[in-house]
Amino acid sequence: MTAIVNIFLKEGVLDPQGKAIHHALDAMDFEGVEDVRMGKQIVLKLTSTNKDDAMKEVTKMAEDILANTVIEDYTIELI
Amino acid sequence: MKHVAILQFPGTNCDLDTKYAFEKLGCTTTVVWHKETDLPEETDLVIVPGGFSYGDYLRSGAIAQFSPVMQTVIEFANNGGKVLGICNGFQILTEVGLLPGALKRNIGLHFISKFQTLKIVNNTNDFLQKCDKDEILNIPIAHADGNYYIDEAGFKELEANEQILVRYSDDKGEPIIVNGSVTSIAGVCNKNKNVFGLMPHPERALENILGSDDGIKMLEGLIA
Repeated sequence: MTAIVNIFLKEGVLDPQGKAIHHALDAMDFEGVEDVRMGKQIVLKLTSTNKDDAMKEVTKMAEDILANTVIEDYTIELI
Repeated sequence: MKHVAILQFPGTNCDLDTKYAFEKLGCTTTVVWHKETDLPEETDLVIVPGGFSYGDYLRSGAIAQFSPVMQTVIEFANNGGKVLGICNGFQILTEVGLLPGALKRNIGLHFISKFQTLKIVNNTNDFLQKCDKDEILNIPIAHADGNYYIDEAGFKELEANEQILVRYSDDKGEPIIVNGSVTSIAGVCNKNKNVFGLMPHPERALENILGSDDGIKMLEGLIA
């Protein structure tokens, strides 16, 4: 099973990198971009075959190290 | 004579400057490799120095928090031991939860390396006891992730408990935006006032001939 963990700065926490990308898109005349948020994606190959167990384990990983929950939110997708 | 333990992670690069600084101030020192599980018995003060532990991978300070030595440092701090994190050390101490808040990428995205004036916000703690309230110090900064963030409830608590140590300011003491930090905060301490962290490098300000010796009165407070 593969777990995809997406990590983004929390809503309301200013994202300087997203802002810089937004500026660059503006400068390139790409119109219609309202907001840009930049995050990171961590892909984990798991040995587990049980979705519930995997979700539990990856959630613990996200809370303990993958994300800094003071400033970041995360989502987990299992495939 | 006070004994200072200075942690060393792969990628730490201010360990020897910090050792030099405290030896100049009359302390004995030990540089402690991150895989150690014990601090020297006579340790009075632990410094988590600056650098780029683990190449800043994942987040600055994120990986270092799980080094064996950090568990010992957490125990040392929880027993009232004095700990100071400088720059990457500050990031590590927030990651590990010994200090509140977090450090984000600088608002302008640049790595900033220059002398910076700072205003002493609170001196009701061991670290800044030798400094006057509202005093302006000139101390180098060198960081890419120094943008201090804390939510509003946390900020109110910092203010109420006099946990804000220093702010980036102009030479008149007016706060200025350097890296986007909440209210220009450059350093904080924990509620018990025995764990301290700041982005500026007092260990790099020991000689007037190199720009400033204002770092001495900061570091001296911890070994008084």
